[in-house]
Amino acid sequence: MLELIQQYGVLFLVGSWPNGPLGGFAATLILAFLGMLLSFPIAIVIGIARTGGLRAPRLLATIWVYAFRGIPLVMIIFWAYFVLPRLTGIAVPAFVTALCAIVVYESAFLGEIVRAGLQGLPAGQAEAARSVGLSYGQTMWHVMLPQALANMVPSIVNQFVSTIKATSIVYIIGVQEVTFAAQQVNSMEVGKAFQTFMALACFYFTVCYLISLIAQYLERRMHRRQMGIA
Amino acid sequence: MNFDWSFLASQSVAPRLLSGLATTLELFVASWIGGLLVAFVVVGLRAIPFPPLGWIMRIFVEYHRNVPTVVQIMVWYFGVPEVLPDPIRQWINQNQSEFIFAAIALSLNVSAYFSEDVRSGLRAIPKTQLEAARAIGLSAFSAMRYVTVPQAVRIAVPPLLNRTLILFKDTSLAMVIGVAEMTYQVKAIENLTFRSLEVFATATIAYLALSLTIMGLGAWFGKRFPPTFKA
Repeated sequence: MLELIQQYGVLFLVGSWPNGPLGGFAATLILAFLGMLLSFPIAIVIGIARTGGLRAPRLLATIWVYAFRGIPLVMIIFWAYFVLPRLTGIAVPAFVTALCAIVVYESAFLGEIVRAGLQGLPAGQAEAARSVGLSYGQTMWHVMLPQALANMVPSIVNQFVSTIKATSIVYIIGVQEVTFAAQQVNSMEVGKAFQTFMALACFYFTVCYLISLIAQYLERRMHRRQMGIA
Repeated sequence: MNFDWSFLASQSVAPRLLSGLATTLELFVASWIGGLLVAFVVVGLRAIPFPPLGWIMRIFVEYHRNVPTVVQIMVWYFGVPEVLPDPIRQWINQNQSEFIFAAIALSLNVSAYFSEDVRSGLRAIPKTQLEAARAIGLSAFSAMRYVTVPQAVRIAVPPLLNRTLILFKDTSLAMVIGVAEMTYQVKAIENLTFRSLEVFATATIAYLALSLTIMGLGAWFGKRFPPTFKA
């Protein structure tokens, strides 16, 4: 396997870059990071709508969350592939198609994390903020969200791991990320499939395991802080 | 983009979608049962106080939790036959190998999560519960049967059901190795007829209906059997 990594390591890491588009594990990480980043504003809106008192937004947000948690990512990618060119009227690159699907998919999961973060705060926080004269918006912005976000950090880091893993399916529409690179290697090398895919698994494992260790550390630190020890 | 439901009933569509749905359900049930069985074995082995065994089980769990399910399926389908002896490989190739490998990969994947859920359920019950049950005269078995296990189940089942939902959705990933489940058939129909909308919509509704059933089950369980301890 070492020989294989020596030979194709660059392909695994950055794809055919700099001669072609950036691919490989770099593209995987960029896709996952952008996916999380862009779905975050949607998730905040969902979280606020799900915990707020207005019925219509709450219903809409609930439907959004349940729908996108209930459909496999592959189906959402198919939909994006089908709908985006018709909406925009232009040929949408595979990377953008995949990104849109991931943003929509992750917004449902992140939205639930935001909701849990907001609901996890003591009711006294909102009551106190409102009683000193802050508006609902000010209460959210200055009191609730900052505290909720701090508590959400471990869950968000865990969700990042899930997103990295989820991006592995986007190679089916031709996005050049690390699983795509492994498929390329597999088609070039006969009789080395086990090594190739174990190498691929190692790439994912190293990064995902490290990030989940960070999440565990953050979680422990948060618990200590909440207990008032640290 | 006009909707034509009668298209769904046509010869090239309906039988494919239905057989895809059937394969999806078969794969889901097979992996769920397999996953639960392996999970109990893992929980049992992790309870044995022999460190090397503990490390191996830990690696097993962490591998399946930190590598994408798609990659695990690929390792099994493309990789493992290469390192198997010839007779086994031939037998597998004659017997619907895609389905078998997808079921193995999904079972092992979900068993890693299931075993963690069962373990955290068991660990959440304080030792004093068992001690108290024994102190008032229950036998070791009765104490487990009436006191600790029912409480552990209340804690373990909601995450198990949540993971069941993810397993159900993950069956769609088996399309990458050519298992003819619902997503695979959707793609096949699209390639055959160049019509997507009706087929996408039908498959999406089917997935959603089954997912919502599992979610509903989870919500019902949580209400009917709320945990007696905070996990």
